Amino acid sequence: MSPENRKHLPESGSTGLNLKETELTLRMPGETRGDTEIGAKSGTKRGFSQTIDLNHDRSSDVPEHDDRCCDKLENETLAVKPPAAKAQIVGWPPVREFRKNALKSFKFVKVAVDGAPFLRKLDLEMYSSYQELLCAFDNMFSCLTIRNYLNEKKLMDTANGVEYVPTYEDKDGDWMLVGDVPWKMFVESCKRLRLMKSSEEIGLAPRTPQQSASTS
Amino acid sequence: MQRMACSFPDEVLEHVFSFVQCDNDRNAISTVCKSWYKIERWSRRRVFVGNCYAISPDMVIRRFPDVRSIELKGKPHFADFNLVPDGWGGYVAPWISAMAAAYPWLEEIRLKRMVITDENLELISKSFKNFKVLVLSSCEGFSTDGLAAIAANCRSYLHCRNLRELDLRESEVEDLSGHWLKHFPDDYTSLVSLNIACLGCEVSFSALERLVGRCPNLRTLRLNRAVPLDKLANLLRRAPQLVELGTGAYSSELRPDVFSNLSGAFSGCKELKSLSGFWDVVPGYLPAVYPICCRLTTLNLSYATIQSPDLIKLVGQCQNLQRLWVLDYIEDAGLDAVAASCKDLRELRVFPSDPYGPEPNVPLTEQGLVSISEGCSKLQSVLYFCRQMSNAALMTIARNRPNMTRFRLCIIEPGTPDYLTLQPLDVGFGAIVEHCKDLQRLSLSGLLTDLVFEYIGTYAKKLEMLSVAFAGESDLGLHHVLSGCEKLRKLEIRDCPFGDKALLANAAKLETMRSLWMSSCSVTFGACKLLGQKMPRLNVEVIDERGTPDSRPESCPIDKLYIYRTVAGSRFDMPGFVWTIDEDSAMRLS
Repeated sequence: MSPENRKHLPESGSTGLNLKETELTLRMPGETRGDTEIGAKSGTKRGFSQTIDLNHDRSSDVPEHDDRCCDKLENETLAVKPPAAKAQIVGWPPVREFRKNALKSFKFVKVAVDGAPFLRKLDLEMYSSYQELLCAFDNMFSCLTIRNYLNEKKLMDTANGVEYVPTYEDKDGDWMLVGDVPWKMFVESCKRLRLMKSSEEIGLAPRTPQQSASTS
Repeated sequence: MQRMACSFPDEVLEHVFSFVQCDNDRNAISTVCKSWYKIERWSRRRVFVGNCYAISPDMVIRRFPDVRSIELKGKPHFADFNLVPDGWGGYVAPWISAMAAAYPWLEEIRLKRMVITDENLELISKSFKNFKVLVLSSCEGFSTDGLAAIAANCRSYLHCRNLRELDLRESEVEDLSGHWLKHFPDDYTSLVSLNIACLGCEVSFSALERLVGRCPNLRTLRLNRAVPLDKLANLLRRAPQLVELGTGAYSSELRPDVFSNLSGAFSGCKELKSLSGFWDVVPGYLPAVYPICCRLTTLNLSYATIQSPDLIKLVGQCQNLQRLWVLDYIEDAGLDAVAASCKDLRELRVFPSDPYGPEPNVPLTEQGLVSISEGCSKLQSVLYFCRQMSNAALMTIARNRPNMTRFRLCIIEPGTPDYLTLQPLDVGFGAIVEHCKDLQRLSLSGLLTDLVFEYIGTYAKKLEMLSVAFAGESDLGLHHVLSGCEKLRKLEIRDCPFGDKALLANAAKLETMRSLWMSSCSVTFGACKLLGQKMPRLNVEVIDERGTPDSRPESCPIDKLYIYRTVAGSRFDMPGFVWTIDEDSAMRLS
């Protein structure tokens, strides 16, 4: 059983078996292996480099995204790696989901819906865009559906046609319309969310922080 | 001899048997003669079913009519890594229904990787007059509503029911609300162990405080991330008798009053031996635990994203540590410090902080593990994630620690060779199995040829569980393992070029094992059908989400294969993507 008598695999590159070429990757149609996924955190939940973002030019959003990540994480070695384009083999390395989740930061905020007696909680770190957040509302409150993708962020109760507009309370205690600031800035400053009935929206103007008029 | 055996009254024999707890010994006792079989089965109180599909609930109940404690395992281990599709199975419902009727005095239920619903939990909470222990390890399918039912019915005047343990280890729980904790009645005081670390939602803190305050026998309390640090001191002061504590998030603005309050509270816990939790650690608060470090035997820092210097300061004070779980932030330097301070270390687990990053993010290499193997003479169990390894290091580790019983190495990049010689790591792992004669569990990684399996088949005579990924060259590899490892019970393989030949040649071996998992290998549907026909006491499950295997040529490799021995025949709860073959050679769908 001496090693000399055994065949060894032909060495092709430093890793021997060159698995990179056969790895599955997630990317938008038309991208090649050379493209990198910008802003992807290691272990990120989304593989797409672009998510539908309603108000912002994606290319201008992304560098901010990176900068903020790097600023926030400068004291940690768990830094965002710009070219994290390497695809992930299912179930490899063998690390359980809850361990991966523990390494991520989380930010739970309460979500209130006008007229409903219960509060729910969301982890804002689970989402990377306003569209994803809207989808989360849609899923969490089964009677609500997203309405008007293009320029407005609204949810509608399909049972009675009541429209809701997502609003949030920021660090200064002001109530703002969701969607006015870059996503990361929103996540950092949002203290809680409220789905406000459209009829009460008057008094909140987009882009101008105002004191809360109709909220309690 | 027979006359002598029968001359003891049954009660005497039963009393003697009660000193024998180990399952294997009990099984041996039951084979001595009919009368011993009868006495033993009536007095067996604890049953362990390693695969819930290996036997049916009715068969267990028929053989053992008066069981008080049951442990069941469902899905195969690779389900932990998302390799088993949702809906595969592992439902506990039929077991609970059957036991609710047959075992009214059941006290303990322990489940691992099983699906349990809120309805099942409610049935448990109401059916067993003396229910004491519920442990749900890596389970799923239930919500906080189910927990509310358990809490509400934990105490019963009619019966003598007093729940002692509720342990949700790493289960996936749907968080509907944190109010479930309020359902524990005000006069309920018998809690001994509570583990809710896996829960995402904020539990009602005042209810938790009151619960902890009124349960004087509470020994284990594992909180979830949502319990803030500034509330921890109050809890500790209400339970200074705690032996095991899991903190919540270990972060807060640094404030001297909070710190001194916490430090004082920890100092008051003279029995504390195990610490875990430590999400989101702010290093400034770590010194609060320094006063108790010297008593710690278990320390789980595997969520703590703190750097090596802080880790060294902490671990350096834990001279009595036996079990350490940590992230690779500890670095080789930190492991050197552990090797110098923790001379009683038995188990080390090092998890990756950046499992998907393409490059190493921390200086943690094989050297750290070598240091530990040199400094910690009692080291028996290792789980180590790293990015480089050498045969020389493995050989050194093997020679240093022949007392190793569990060795799981994960070199993150598949197929990574010895970084010094660029050779496969066959001889390194070969040294492990050759020197560590009592090795029970082994996980391989890196570049490996059939040679490593030859070593394993030759030397690993006590090996019970083997995990293999991206390794081997041919069926010979699998054949070495199946024909050589006499004590093998569980074998799990993924992405290896093993096919039909070794499997069919060792079909009989499979009946001596609990289970075999093979995914992304080269096994054909034809071979599976043959195996299923020839081996009636095996369930051969082909798991394939691409549609019926018949729609592809018989030589086309199947996706996933799960084979397990069973006396219960094919199961009735298979989903559409699982195919099994029975004796009359018809392909059976669920």
